[in-house]
Amino acid sequence: CLHRLDQWFSNGAGMDDPAAPLPTSPSCHEEDGTVEEKENNNKKRTKGAVATAWLTFYNIAMTAGWLVLAMAMMRFYIQKGTHKGLYRSIARTLKFFQTFALLEVGHCALGIVRTSVIVTGVQVCSRIFMVWFVTNSIRQIQNEESVILFLVVWTMTEITRYSYYTFNLLHHLPYFIKWARYNLFIVLYPLGVAGELLTIYAALPFVRRSGMYSMRLPNKYNVSFDYYYCLIVFMLSYIPLFPQLFFHMLRQRRRVLHGEVIVEKDD
Amino acid sequence: MKYLRTSLHEAHCIFKCKVEPNATIGEIKSMFHKSHPQWYPARQSIRLDPKGKSLKDEDVLQHLPVGTTATFYFRDLGAQISWVTVFLTEYTGPLVLYLMFYFRVSFIYAPKYDFTTSKHWVVHLACMCHSFHFMKRLLETLFVHRFSHGTMPLRNIFKNCTYYWGFAAWMAYYVNHPLYTPPIYGEQQIRLALIIFLFCQIGNFSIHIALRNLRPPGSKTRKIPYPTKNPFTWIFLLVSCPNYTYELGAWFGFTLMTQCLPVAFFTLVGFIQMTVWAKGKHRSYLKEFRDYPPLRSPILPFIL
Repeated sequence: CLHRLDQWFSNGAGMDDPAAPLPTSPSCHEEDGTVEEKENNNKKRTKGAVATAWLTFYNIAMTAGWLVLAMAMMRFYIQKGTHKGLYRSIARTLKFFQTFALLEVGHCALGIVRTSVIVTGVQVCSRIFMVWFVTNSIRQIQNEESVILFLVVWTMTEITRYSYYTFNLLHHLPYFIKWARYNLFIVLYPLGVAGELLTIYAALPFVRRSGMYSMRLPNKYNVSFDYYYCLIVFMLSYIPLFPQLFFHMLRQRRRVLHGEVIVEKDD
Repeated sequence: MKYLRTSLHEAHCIFKCKVEPNATIGEIKSMFHKSHPQWYPARQSIRLDPKGKSLKDEDVLQHLPVGTTATFYFRDLGAQISWVTVFLTEYTGPLVLYLMFYFRVSFIYAPKYDFTTSKHWVVHLACMCHSFHFMKRLLETLFVHRFSHGTMPLRNIFKNCTYYWGFAAWMAYYVNHPLYTPPIYGEQQIRLALIIFLFCQIGNFSIHIALRNLRPPGSKTRKIPYPTKNPFTWIFLLVSCPNYTYELGAWFGFTLMTQCLPVAFFTLVGFIQMTVWAKGKHRSYLKEFRDYPPLRSPILPFIL
């Protein structure tokens, strides 16, 4: 399993722009090009330009969205002085922008962003799961401190990440954004994981008591599902997955910040 | 002849040896193994170009595009395990596990159900079908199949066994559960399901025999399969990989028989995987044979 992920991670040495669209085909040999070839090249260039335009818009929109979230959270805390009710006040915005991130899986699948579909898929799905199936459905834990913890972490991470991609696409990357993206995660990632795990742990008794999303035997489909154990399995899955994602980021960091060529395991 | 080791590390080892022009790659691999005992022939991949395709064991040196000195590149494929071993292990698991659930061995269900039997006759029928299916697979692995490759990477056995054993346990748990609900349409549904299941088992076996007979013992030749006198092979007119078609049909029958969602899920996942394999096989048939019958689809006639 570890080996598989190594394969998925390796974008190839020398790739320093994970959010940049793939290069369009080089327009060389103009003298030799037939009309058809030139048309094909033009099509590819247009596709590349459209992809870049869309990605730029997408990343700007997401940066803006998470900035709005950050400001709404700060304003609530400053006005009310407490974190109770903070989640409720930003719930809709959070759900909107976090769900919108599903498009990123599409970007990888279409090949306009060079990241593995599976890595992106796992990360986005775990976020969607937290937002829709934990904090949204289990109201009793919405005022927990752990919720605020991961919300703050997610906000900081996403603002940094999306602004990094935006500046990259515009070919004007300030060093401090690059620094932030590849250094803050060292603290933010473990904190985020802690917030998420503590939230799910707090939710367990409520899930058990209400029996939500669960199906018992006997029934005509001859299947049963216990959401309580599903959540426990979900928490346990952090044990293999978190270190892999974390060390992947560490490798990216060494490559981007220090120009080291990291050797990925070969197949 | 030189060997250079490819890896992203810059170090390479050079192994020089002198061979006859009619030496095969297989013989060269044995020689390399003698000087590097940790790399047995099955885990060596020899190629002319670091990014090129692996050369076959049967390839003869003088038929390759090389001069009086040849440079080959070696890649370590990792620990290997034989296909037969993998198949036997991955099929024995479901056979044994299902029976454990069927006999309600301790610690699976509540203690008051230990070693009791289900009151539904369809559960007994399902156990017979499931066990028959996997015994058939084991016997085919031992006596029928002729494998193209001897080995596969070692990690595959863990992946495959998790898949087969995991799904078998999940299905068996619900079918043999004390609170199992038999199919809605009762005997009609079960009878139809059994007919489909048996039909497809015979069909699948016929295809395996037909494919075996295409290939003389010990050979790795590939030929286009055609319908034989056996009516179950006439499906070759419409499908490239009817063994997968029949396999899908058998599991569909089993799903209908047990009316169990985990079984349906297993059938679906199997269908997806077999479709991927069938499409790949169909594509290689088309590439290899100019006169490949155009009417054939990979797995489902006219559809997929």
